[in-house]
Formats: sequence, structure tokens, C-alpha cells
Amino acid sequence: MGSMLRGIFSVGFGYSMLRVTTPILFAALGAVVSERAGVVNIGLEGIMLISGVSGVLFSAWTGSAWLGLLGALLMSILFALFMGYFHIKLGTDIILAGIALNVIASGGTVFVLYVASGDRGISSSLASKVMPTISLPVISKIPVLGPIVSGHNVLTYFALLAVIAVWYFMYKTPVGLRLRAVGESPDSAASVGISVERMRFLALGISGLLAGFGGAHLSMGYVSWFSRDMTAGRGFIGLAASALGGVHPIGTAIASLFFGFADALSNYMQSLSIPSEFVQMIPYLATLFGLGIFARQQMAKSQKGKKQAKEVA
Amino acid sequence: METLLEMKAITKVYPNGVMANDRVDFRVNKGEIHALVGENGAGKTTLMKVLFGLEVPDGGEVYYKGKPLQVTSPLQAIRNGIGMVHQHFMLAPSLTVTENLVLGVEPRKGLAFDWDQAVQTVTDLSKRYNLPVDPLAKIEDIPIGMRQKVEILKALLRGAELLVLDEPTAVLTPQETEELFTALVGLKEQGHTMIFISHKLNEVKQITDRITVMRGGRIVGVRDTAEVSEADISRLMVGRDVILKIDKPPAKPQKRILEVQNLSYFTPEGKALLQDVSFSVRAGEIVGIAGVEGNGQRELVEILTGLRRPHGGLISVDGYQMSGSTPRQMRDLGVAHIPEDRMLHGVANEASIEENLIADRVQMPEYTRKVFLKTEAIASNAQTLVTEFNVRTRSPKTPIKMLSGGNIQKVVVAREFSSNPRLVIANQPTRGVDVGAIEFIHKKLVEICRAGAAVLLISADLNEVMSVSDRLLVIYGGQIVAAFPEANEVSEEELGLYMLGIQTQGDTQLKEALA
Amino acid sequence: MIRRELVFEIGRTLIAIMLALLLGFIIILLVSEEPLEAFQHFVLGPLTTTRRIGNWIEATIPLVLTGLAVSIAFQAGQFNIGAEGQLFFGAVTATIVGISFPLPMYVHVLVALLGAMLGGALVGAISGLMKARWGASELVSSLMLNYVFYRFGLYLINHHFRDPNAGAMVSYRLPETVWLQWIWPPTRVHWGLWVAIVAIIFSYLFIYRTRWGYALRMTGLNKDFAAYAGISVTAVVIYSQVISGAIAGLAGAADVLGLYRRFQWQMLPGYGFDGIIIATLARNHPLGVPIAALFLAYIRSGASIMSRMTDVSSEMVAIIQGIMILLVTAQAFLSKWHHRAVVKEAKRHGLNA
Repeated sequence: MGSMLRGIFSVGFGYSMLRVTTPILFAALGAVVSERAGVVNIGLEGIMLISGVSGVLFSAWTGSAWLGLLGALLMSILFALFMGYFHIKLGTDIILAGIALNVIASGGTVFVLYVASGDRGISSSLASKVMPTISLPVISKIPVLGPIVSGHNVLTYFALLAVIAVWYFMYKTPVGLRLRAVGESPDSAASVGISVERMRFLALGISGLLAGFGGAHLSMGYVSWFSRDMTAGRGFIGLAASALGGVHPIGTAIASLFFGFADALSNYMQSLSIPSEFVQMIPYLATLFGLGIFARQQMAKSQKGKKQAKEVA
Repeated sequence: METLLEMKAITKVYPNGVMANDRVDFRVNKGEIHALVGENGAGKTTLMKVLFGLEVPDGGEVYYKGKPLQVTSPLQAIRNGIGMVHQHFMLAPSLTVTENLVLGVEPRKGLAFDWDQAVQTVTDLSKRYNLPVDPLAKIEDIPIGMRQKVEILKALLRGAELLVLDEPTAVLTPQETEELFTALVGLKEQGHTMIFISHKLNEVKQITDRITVMRGGRIVGVRDTAEVSEADISRLMVGRDVILKIDKPPAKPQKRILEVQNLSYFTPEGKALLQDVSFSVRAGEIVGIAGVEGNGQRELVEILTGLRRPHGGLISVDGYQMSGSTPRQMRDLGVAHIPEDRMLHGVANEASIEENLIADRVQMPEYTRKVFLKTEAIASNAQTLVTEFNVRTRSPKTPIKMLSGGNIQKVVVAREFSSNPRLVIANQPTRGVDVGAIEFIHKKLVEICRAGAAVLLISADLNEVMSVSDRLLVIYGGQIVAAFPEANEVSEEELGLYMLGIQTQGDTQLKEALA
Repeated sequence: MIRRELVFEIGRTLIAIMLALLLGFIIILLVSEEPLEAFQHFVLGPLTTTRRIGNWIEATIPLVLTGLAVSIAFQAGQFNIGAEGQLFFGAVTATIVGISFPLPMYVHVLVALLGAMLGGALVGAISGLMKARWGASELVSSLMLNYVFYRFGLYLINHHFRDPNAGAMVSYRLPETVWLQWIWPPTRVHWGLWVAIVAIIFSYLFIYRTRWGYALRMTGLNKDFAAYAGISVTAVVIYSQVISGAIAGLAGAADVLGLYRRFQWQMLPGYGFDGIIIATLARNHPLGVPIAALFLAYIRSGASIMSRMTDVSSEMVAIIQGIMILLVTAQAFLSKWHHRAVVKEAKRHGLNA
């Protein structure tokens, strides 16, 4: 037990927690934006894969990590809108459209990688670039905190900034307000002249952009290559984190850290006798309980009227 | 008086052939509160939909401020200064009052939403029009009355000079209604014009300047409010052109099948939708409940059929206590139900006629063995019913969605009447069906009743309740306000007075009639 | 008119499939130096040798089962994205029964299959109960349960049934008594084929010939109507998820007992999502499921042969699958054409239908 605690409180643990949280956090923020506009984005997983492979290819071709990132983000937005087109314009169920996108991405990324480089399933021959790591001035000198917070990939800082940016966008800008109104009550929004379709396209585009950052982090930061299905469910974890975080950027950031914590912890557990599987299970169980409790509250809310009514009677 | 809005010779025919508006001339003066009254289906809603660009009229013109007006969407109506306060509020519950109000016309400070400015705007607006709201509260946390004020403010914020209020008091408590009226008078004093759609004649009398009465798609009268009594308006509203005559043998009421005692039901906000409702229905008689829609009929029916739980009171069917039973338990006791909205409750649209005809009886030994369904029995059940109830279709295996409204209703009626019911609860059984189907359904109702079933008929159609029922009750504001032992001895005018809340029978008279 | 609806739906599905395949061919044309050979392997490859036919059928078995599982949930108006976790856990329970409860031949395999069904049903029941009792979204709950039971299953295998002598993280080999025997040497087509056929017949009869299936379908079509008619919607929500989970559990068992004869998954195998593709193509009809599953397995098998023989990689097939789902489920796809046909029909018959 002592060694476990020492593990958790070690500097290395804090650092790796932030590192593994990064892609989850991006995906989760993507889930928040689309969900708030009334579109469940199951396709996050696929968008991240598309972004991952695009980042590797574009950075290898251009020799620039930043251009690679740009290419990855553009492709992510494009595919998010592609899925949106089928849902919003052609009436495909959004869940099925998301699943279709995931299927396309899972095989399509491997296929494109092979066509482009001859690599089968893993981009070993491509000289792709990695986004730079950043040593924070001043902060890096602070003992304990410095080594945890400093020296991360630039995308990790982007992720933290994205939390604030998404929060600001959703809650402090007129467009964010419209987006939330469309998600909660499309009829009311439409009645004051807001285009529900356009807001949903916008939300999916932003959702794609955020997931794109997450995917780019995987292949251009977390590791320096693309491999088949390298997202390993992180898109779905993002959905879970958003559900656990109450579909709010701040809550979702905390939930993502929780998932990252469990993920990092499970690596430390392996050396101990506690099965890592249980540790990794915790965030999902927490989400499940959260969902149950939330649903029960909603039900209680709708029954509140009856109680009041009894008092009146 | 300056004319603000003039609708000339508006005609609207729906695809099913119903003429909802027949050369309607409707004029509203600037600065007045103008009541638009009429029974359900009189054509008020259609007229307003034309005004808001939700329906394209087949004829006629609209002039606003003296100029022709072409409106193709509600948004355009708003831009022209015409605002609507819907019965069902168009508000996002988790957003604040301020957010809902400024949605789409948000004040900005740089990129950001200027919250302080928005709150200030709302506060000013609320003060100016004397419609107090809490700008910071979420819609879901404020009472209905305040939500309605938000709706009105929403229209005003967007520059509405003409406000259409669609039954604005239907969801309000009496105190809230009073507040609303004060505010409306205030608006009038500031130069706004209002169209007030309502069934409540006392309110119309209290608040409006002029009244336009519609009946059967036409304007039947325009009056100055001060010059008419509630009874006059009522007569105009319910006056009949034709009365359906139904041959029916005299009722021979037997034992009590349905007994309802002190039934109560409330909204989550605590407003009473049903209050101490008591009555009974005997085998062999048709008891009609007349009333303007939205006076508790839906809740009453859903409670009696097990779809909703009452908050107080007792229900017994054939002597069994049934309060809070499930639909299954109700049906097992022989309660059949023709629902108000056949597409919502009455059928599964994608399923076949055959499948829809066994929904209530699939568990019976006639139709299922221990495990497998008896497909032949199911098919012959459908064949028999399709023939007997004259459902026009090529095959009982046709999906419901291929049928016309009248034929769908016949499928519902066929199922409910063939379950050998002891009690039939028929809610608006002929709504939106053609004349042939109406006659057929009425005939069947009488038939099944005289064969020994108890029938409770709920209808907003006066013609229907008066001609089909043996006894008649009137529901208003969630209460039974009148009871007539002989349905055919009541005059429409008299009924109208009760339905519109102008008169109420005294307790003793009621008790006598209900006993 | 009923027939024309059916014809339209089938025609629409076929056109969507054709378009997707066409896209596949265009991709081959674009990327391959030997497109004709690639076409040939892709289209005819799976039929060229007995072994290849065998591979095709083997791959079909779990797809039929997950396709059925998802179809049943869809017919009840429920989303089952949890087939993945259900079949994973079903495979785990089958493995545990195989290793821990030595039983005689035949009995053992039956008990293991039963165990797999129980395992899958348990997972499904949790979603169903949460939905029925509290109205919790089965979409989110089943997604979470996938990961919960994935981890829990891995824990059981890795910590209690792991074969220390094997190089990889796999379970002990299963005793022969619990194998689904191979029925068509030299292929590995196994008894799971019979299991799948029984499951198809069961699903069909259950959905269309029993009152529980009837209640399930009516609930899926219009749950307000079902409640009005006296059907217990709560019960339907629960049992549809339980049955769906049980059949998904069989899919997991089929692969473990029939192909690998030990538990060797370290990742979720993805069959759950395949089930959604199949149910979509089959329009949730149990008799359409085997056709859709055979088709899916065929193009996958063809693609894999193509990638071994030529320069086109097999993953191309994923693009075809994705486009198929998008087109088949796009309500607006060909609907204008359909509407025109309906109007014409109505005019011809002068019915106001």
C-alpha cells in the first residue's frame, strides 16, 4: 500500500497522468460541444484516427509538424461535416452515421497509409514529425509542480487551453448561447430565426476540430507514429467523460483527468498485487453510477409535481 | 379608428377537403384588444396560421398598416412587428430568462455576449411593460405565469406591435390571470394591439374591446364587447346549422359499471386539472361529457384507462376498486378506450391492420397457445372486423399508414368494440374523420350500449354529445359544473353557458342529477 | 401496396450496396497497378478453394449471432451498442465453464453455451433494468458496460485462467469436451453453424410468432400505443435486452469454443459494431440477418484474399461497409423517387390513402 501511495504521489505519475489525459480531454470536449447542440457524436473515435493518420502523412510530406497538425485538423473537420451531412441533410440516424464513420476510419486509415507509404498498419517508414514539447519558464523551476506541469507536448497545453476556450465559447459568446438553445429546444431557437441545421453543422465542425487535436496528439506527441486503431476507444472514453462531467467543459475536464488518473494508475498497479483491470474499470463504473443517479433525479423531478399537488390537496 | 390588420376573404381548404376558413374577413383596429372566439374547429387557429405564414391560404389577402403583407414564416411575421404567444411556450428550460429573451438578438461586447447589457435590457423592458420577471432565474425554476410573461416580453423585445395570445389563461391560476390582464391593459395603454384567443367568455368580457366570433370556418359576428352579454356571445358561438339526428332506442340503465368519486389531479406546478370529480355510468346508457377542450377531459380519460395515476379519489369498475391500476388491469375488467389521438395511442402506424387489431387481446387463449400465436385466429379476427366495421382496404395485412384517417379510426373502434367491453370510454371518437365514418361510429356506439355496455362519451363537439348521449354532464375547469338527466332536453344555448363557465349548477341540483 | 413497399426497401438497400461496391471498385482502379486481378480476387476469391469457402462460413457464424442480437434490440426500439461487451463477457463465461467444470462430451459444450448466454444476458439486463427503472439511456450505459465487462473479463482470464506456459496473454487450452467440433475438414467450420441456424429460427419465431415478440415489436413501433393496449413496456425493455445479450454471448462463445479453443482476445473484437452493420442491412429482420452476414463476411474474405494476392490492402472493405450504412439508413436516399411512385400509385387507384 505504501509503495502504491508513493507511486501516486511521485512526480512521474503526475506527469504521465496529464499526458494520458490529453487525447481523452480533447475527445471529451468535442463530445460536449456536439451534445450541447443536440447531436451525439459517436464518430469521435473515427475522427481521431483520421486525424492521427493525416498528421503523420502531412507532416512527413511537408517536413513540418505544424503543417501536419493543420492537415490533420482540416481532415477532421471535413469528416465531421461529412457525417453531419448524412445526419442533418439526409436523415441518417446520428448514432448509425457515427458508427459508419468509425468503420470507415478504422479500415480507411490503414488503407490510406498503405497506399501512401506502403506501410502495413504502422507508419514505420514515414519520417513524420512530432509536435514540440515545451518547458514552461519559471514554473519548470518549482519543485514537484514544475516537473509535473512543465515539459509536456504543446498539444497538452492546447488541451488545457481548449477547456477554457470551449467554456468561453459555450457560455460567454452569442453563438455559444444559440448552440445551447438549439440543443435544448430546437423549436424555440427556430422560432426566433436561428437555423438549427447551421448550428448543428457548426457544432459538429468544432467537435471534429477538437477530436482532431486529440488524434494528432496520439500520433504526433504521445508517440511518433500512426498505428492501426491506435485510439483504442479513447473517443468513446471521451463520450463517457462528457457524460460523467455533466456535459460541461469544466466538469468534463475533471472527469477526463479522472479517466487519465485511472489509466496512469493502472500502469503503476501492474507491479503490485492489485489487478490493474479493476483500477481501469473504475471510471466506467463511476460513469455508469453517475448516469443511474442522474436519471433517477430526473425521474424524481418529474414526480415532484405530484407531491406538491398532494400538499395542495 | 385606424385599422392595423385586415385579412380579406381568407379561404383555406385542407387536403382532406375540410374548409377551415371560408372567405373570412377579419379586421383589428390599432390599440385594441380584440377577442377571437369560437368552438374547437371553428377556424381560429387556421386564420392565425395564415397570418404567421404557417399555412398558405387558397384565397384572400392580408393588409397590415394599410399595405399588403406577404408572410411565409413566423420570422417574417416578427420582422413585421407581429408577435405570437403560443400556448406551449417556446423557451429553453435550462437557460435563464435573460438568455431566452435575447436569443438571436444578443447584445455583444467584442466577441463576447454582453451579459450586463442583456440583463439591463431585460430589466428595462420588464419595467417598461410592467411584466415583472427575474432576469437571472432559469426558466425551469420559475412559475408558469412568469414563463408566459417571458414569452410576451420575447415578442415585445423583437418589436411586436401586434400580439396574438393563443388561450393565454389556459395554464394560469386565477391570480396569475389577473396579473396578466393588468399587464395587457398596460400594453394597450402604450399603444400595442392584441388578438386574444379564448374560450373563457368572462375573461373576454373583462379584457377585450371588440369580439369576432367564428363558427364553421366563417365569421358569424363582430361586436363591441361592451354591447353584448356573455350569453349573447355564447349563442353566436354554438348556434347550429344542422343537427345530426340519430335513431336510438330509449336507454334502459341497469347496474352501475363505472363509479368515480372525488377524483383529483394536479399539474407539477400544483394547478388543479381535475377537482372532486364524481359521477357514475350505468350499463345500457351513454353518458356524455361536454366541454371545451383542455378542461380536464384528457386527464380524466387517461386516469380512467390506467394511463395516468390520480392524486386523489376513487374509481371503481363493476364494483372493483381500480384507482391507480395499469391499463392491463383496466382492460382485463372490460374497459375499452377510444383514444383522443389515434396516431399517438390508437395504432402502431407501421404495423398491419391485423396486428393492430389484436393489441389488447394477444394474450388471450383464442389468439395464443402457450408459446406461439394462433396466426389463423388472428387473421380471421382481422377479416371479420374489417368486414363488420367496413374498413376500406385491400387486405388486413396492409400497414395502417396506408389507410385514411377515417379508416384508421374504424380500426381503432373495431378493436375496442370487439373486446366485449363492459365499459367503453370514447374520447373525441369522431375527430377528423369524414361524415360517413362519423355516422358509422355513432351507430356503433349506440348499438354496443343498448347491447348492455356502459358508455362514457367525451367530446368537444356539441352536436355529437347532444345527439348520441342519454345523460349529459358538463366539465369546466376540471369540475363537473352541470348534469342533465335527459341529453335531448337541453338546449345548446344552455349548454354553452355551462361549457364556457358562465353558469354553474348548484350543489344540490348537481347531486340530484348525478345520483 | 405492401409488396411495393417491400420491393422498394429491398431495391433501395441493393442500390446502396451497389453504389458502395462501385466506390470500392473505383478505389481499386485508382490505387492498384493490377486492378483486374484485384477485382477478380475480391469478387471471386472466397469461392476458389474449399478452405476459402470455409473461412467465409467461419467468419459468418459470429456475425449472424451479433446481427440477430442487435436486430432484436432494434426491433424493440432499443439501441444495443453493448453487444460488444456482451459477447466478450459471454466468451469469458464460456471459457470459465470450459476450464472449471469438467463435464462429459456434449453436455459440457451445451453448458458452456448456456453459460455464455447467461454471461451476455447479465450484461444486457443491467442496461435494460437501468432503462426500465430509471429511464437511463441504454446507449450510454451499454457503452460503459462494454468497458466494464471488457476489463472484468480480462481480469478473470489474466488472473485466474491464464496459461503461464503460453507466450501470450491467453487462457489455458479448453478440453476437447467443450469444443464446437469442426464439421467440414479441412475447414474450421464448426458446430457453431448449427447454433447460428437455431438462433435464426428462434429469433424469427420469437419476434413474429410469439406474443412476447409481438409485444416487443409493438413497443418498438409505438411505445405509447403498446402501453395503451395493455402491454408492459417495462417488461419489454428488460427482456429485449436480456435476449439480445444472450444471443450476443453465443457469438463470443462460438469463436472461443469453435475456432481458438482458448480465450485469446486482449481487445474488444469489434463484432458488436459488425452486428449493427448487419442489422441495418437486414432491416432488423432475422431472416435478412444471415444474408447480410454472409454478404459482409464474403466481401471481407474477398478483400483479405485480394490483399494477399495483389497490391490492394484489405481495409478498403471498411470504406465500403461504412458507405453502405450511411446510404441504407439515409431516409432521404431515393425517397423522392419513392414518393413519386406512391403518388402515381395513389392516382391510378384513386384512393385517398
